[in-house]
Amino acid sequence: MNNFFQAAMLLLTLGCLMCLYRIGRGPTAPDRTISVDILGTLMVGFCCCMALVTGQDYYLTVAIAWAMTNFVGTLALAKYLEGRCYDA
Amino acid sequence: MLERIGYIVIGIGVAFEILGCIGLIRLSDVYDRAVAATKCVTMGTCMMLCGVALFGAASGNWSMLVKAVICALFVLLTSPVAAHAVLRGAYLSGVPMAHTGAEDGFAQRAGELRRQHQANGQPAESAGQEQEASHEEA
Repeated sequence: MNNFFQAAMLLLTLGCLMCLYRIGRGPTAPDRTISVDILGTLMVGFCCCMALVTGQDYYLTVAIAWAMTNFVGTLALAKYLEGRCYDA
Repeated sequence: MLERIGYIVIGIGVAFEILGCIGLIRLSDVYDRAVAATKCVTMGTCMMLCGVALFGAASGNWSMLVKAVICALFVLLTSPVAAHAVLRGAYLSGVPMAHTGAEDGFAQRAGELRRQHQANGQPAESAGQEQEASHEEA
């Protein structure tokens, strides 16, 4: 059981490295914004693995809170990209 | 039995996430990349959360099941909305497409929106040049 989740978290780390590559390399600002969004969604996957490895369910609370802050931050960056004020 | 199904579902979810991240690296355009990555990673995360819910049901841990289902619904609702907002911002700020063979249904509406923003007196310094560029394209 632990080997399975270790392999899953290793693959998720690989995905995080790909996202970090796109954040550093990405030619435009929307590339970086999308990559940050994807990175946050991958963190929810990490929280799933940790919840199953440790058997504690508060990791899923962390996952819900992380998804919410990720959503709000991405929407703020999207408003900024659209080239107008935050309250328009 | 439920645990076995949970293992399979979590494995499929991790595979989807990896494929989405490969799409984020390999594709040629911000729109292509965003569509591939968002769809695959949202699906993968939702499948991982469904797997966690199956594990919770198998072990009788009901709070784990309920939290996983709530989180899956939340990710399923918000992740496409965020990607749509970012891509709308990217189009309105003038990021070019790699392949411009298809019909662009949003061009006219985008021009109207840019004119509205300028008429409202928004501080859009870089929007002027991009607007001229889009007019040339149109």
